[in-house]
Amino acid sequence: MSSTTKKSESPYGPIGDKLNELDDRLGVARGGRTLMDKIFPDHWSFMLGEIALYSFMVLLATGIFLTLYYVPSQSLVVYHGPYLPLRGVRVSQAYASSVDLSFSVRAGLLMRQMHHWACDIFVGAIVVHMARVFFTGAFRKPRETNWLIGSILLILAIVNGFLGYSLPDDLVSGTGLRIAFSIVESIPLVGSTLATLLFGGNFPGTMIISRFYTLHVLLIPAIIVGLVTAHLVLLVTQKHTQFKGKGRTENNVVGAPMMPIFAAKATGFIFLVTGVTALLAGLAQINPIWQFGPYEAAKISYAVQPDWYMGWLDGALRIFPAWEWTGFGHTIPLEVFIPALIIPGIVFTIAQVWPAIEAKYTGDTAMHNLLDRPRDRPKRTAFGVAMLSFLFMLFVASSTDVLANYFHISLNTMLWLMRVLVIIVPLIAYPVTLVLCKELQQVDGAGKRKRPNVVIRTTEGAYETVPADLRPGDGHHELDAEPIPTFIDLDPGAEEPIEGSRVVTR
Amino acid sequence: MSADQHTPVSISSVSIDDPHMQPLARNPRRMEQLIAVAMFFGLVSFVMFGFAYWVNWPAWTFGVTLGLGMVLLGFGVTAWGKYLMPKGPFVEERHKVASSDEQRNAFAAAVVERNLGILGRRKVLGGLAGAALGVFGVVAAFPLIRSLGPLPKNSLKTTDWKAGSYLVDSTGRPVKVGDVAVGGIVTVFPMGYQDTDNGQAVDQTVLIRLATTDFTTRPGRESWGPSGYVAYSKLCTHLGCPVGLYEQQLEMLVCPCHQSMFSVANGGEPTFGPAPRPLPQLPLYVDGRGYVRSQGGYNQPVGPGFWERS
Repeated sequence: MSSTTKKSESPYGPIGDKLNELDDRLGVARGGRTLMDKIFPDHWSFMLGEIALYSFMVLLATGIFLTLYYVPSQSLVVYHGPYLPLRGVRVSQAYASSVDLSFSVRAGLLMRQMHHWACDIFVGAIVVHMARVFFTGAFRKPRETNWLIGSILLILAIVNGFLGYSLPDDLVSGTGLRIAFSIVESIPLVGSTLATLLFGGNFPGTMIISRFYTLHVLLIPAIIVGLVTAHLVLLVTQKHTQFKGKGRTENNVVGAPMMPIFAAKATGFIFLVTGVTALLAGLAQINPIWQFGPYEAAKISYAVQPDWYMGWLDGALRIFPAWEWTGFGHTIPLEVFIPALIIPGIVFTIAQVWPAIEAKYTGDTAMHNLLDRPRDRPKRTAFGVAMLSFLFMLFVASSTDVLANYFHISLNTMLWLMRVLVIIVPLIAYPVTLVLCKELQQVDGAGKRKRPNVVIRTTEGAYETVPADLRPGDGHHELDAEPIPTFIDLDPGAEEPIEGSRVVTR
Repeated sequence: MSADQHTPVSISSVSIDDPHMQPLARNPRRMEQLIAVAMFFGLVSFVMFGFAYWVNWPAWTFGVTLGLGMVLLGFGVTAWGKYLMPKGPFVEERHKVASSDEQRNAFAAAVVERNLGILGRRKVLGGLAGAALGVFGVVAAFPLIRSLGPLPKNSLKTTDWKAGSYLVDSTGRPVKVGDVAVGGIVTVFPMGYQDTDNGQAVDQTVLIRLATTDFTTRPGRESWGPSGYVAYSKLCTHLGCPVGLYEQQLEMLVCPCHQSMFSVANGGEPTFGPAPRPLPQLPLYVDGRGYVRSQGGYNQPVGPGFWERS
């Protein structure tokens, strides 16, 4: 070995020498050590964002594979592939290439189904991650910017999901495109112009597939990659939040270091997410476009359902009353404009400005690195539950026809039931959650494993009850119930109130 | 276990034989064996994936072998990190993101005094530069946005139906008066447009033969439905989905997208769901040779509502 012939200058041998050479040129030593020592707090709920990140990586990898075979063109060809029922049918190149890459490209179907499943997981993980951040108050100062970036990422994920779903140009996705055109058309003043500009003419035009392709594989992924990078850079510079617990303060981070422990867990988790996606893609069929057939504008299939993350918008469109406004020679299709654009607009706006709303309402401008337990912030938790239940009821409303059929009730009953439930359920969810939170605050030792009592007979014959010894793992106090909080929590270690916080004594 | 083992320590100061560097697993040897088994079968699974690909097994085997390999390997690596690597807990101080007061003041001074002050001295130049950029923004929007497509003009308001258009089915065959059975429905297009995008997307029309002949769907439309034939635009007035389902008993057209229902016998009036307007009706007549033809185009725009629709 060379190290025997030439003595290393570094006390860490030849590898040390190599690292020193690297540091001479790139200056990696100081920052590298800091990065490897960086502590990541441990909690299962911190994995949710990781799922989103890793499923996005699966999306990029499988998506690149798909672009090698997919042809974004609406020009018509006669299908000659291996799928017999379609032979001789005139279909668009987009559709033909999508069917071909499913059947004629080896592992093409796996990649397509992985791509679709990973998308459903991606959006789902973002939603659940966002709920975690909301209910634990992780969006508070200094992390409002990252919350905003995250909520924009959710919108982009949903939009890109819709764009990608439209690309195969099958009967179901084509109907979705028709609906998208009509939704754009519904915007007052500029709607019809926007729609014809976007589609290159009246629906369907000849441009929309190739345009959506560019948006789907280039523009929106590039923005997502940029925002994800910003999201992670902010996460690293601001450091991760952590739950309250032993030895944890506003001013430290307790957990596992980046190298090698967190890196090992994260790498393993990438494999797990990819593996689950691949298993789903192998065993559970998704979006069988060859069964739907190619898009023909005058045809439609029954029980058309979009991907799950579009369900709440579809539900809103279904149950919103037929209130079209006409007057002064103009029409405003409120029955489309409100549920398809105004309602999601309001929902996302509330999400984005929530940190500001909460700070204004509570007067809390302090820095927060320790997370709340949801029960300790009853109003926020109740609002979050009400909002989620509202969205969930809209989601359920997208299946009115299926539900009416399943429960053998009339579609009319189902429609009115959903119209009522969409309003009533959040109104009930709010006070119920509020009361539950306040009750839970009173429960001593909630969230901890129960300790058995041991009955001891003393030598005098008397009986005494003592709690059993702690079991391994019970020594952790991450989930100890906090005392009923003051309006704004004081930092438990601080002698005086955190700057900017308002203390309310009861 | 002593209490100080649970007290977080800094990773940079801890020695390699500290109790914090011990693994979490109570029996590390067993855990290592378990992980090794998982990783080994993960490896085998990857080999199987390669084999399945090579000999082109059915598509589902790709997903199962690849997925199983990934899950087993992922379990192994994660468990290695969680159970066999130093259990900690470790701690590090949070460094304030914010800068010191001097740095903040220096920054603010540079922004306010130097940059804004120097820029503010030349108000005309600043105003011109701003105005030029604004104009650039507006004119850049023309090629970026305006070139995307044509303005809607009349394309949303008109169809290819004209006086005397023959009703043809999707194969181009004109419909004669006896072609459709009573209670039957057929999707028709104006002759010559059945293969065009606009014909398919905009002109699509349902032709229904009702049991009653010379049916009047609405006052003023006495002559529109000869021999029991009535024709409506197939575009739902809600979102433009094809109104593809016909409930024969109730004489209702149903949109599968959002369940709007339209009464065929009653001028296409919506009776259920979110559709706000009746389906436009196409006036028909039967010519001397028995062909069903249109008296003229639709008397209103078809499909969903939009701003310019009166």
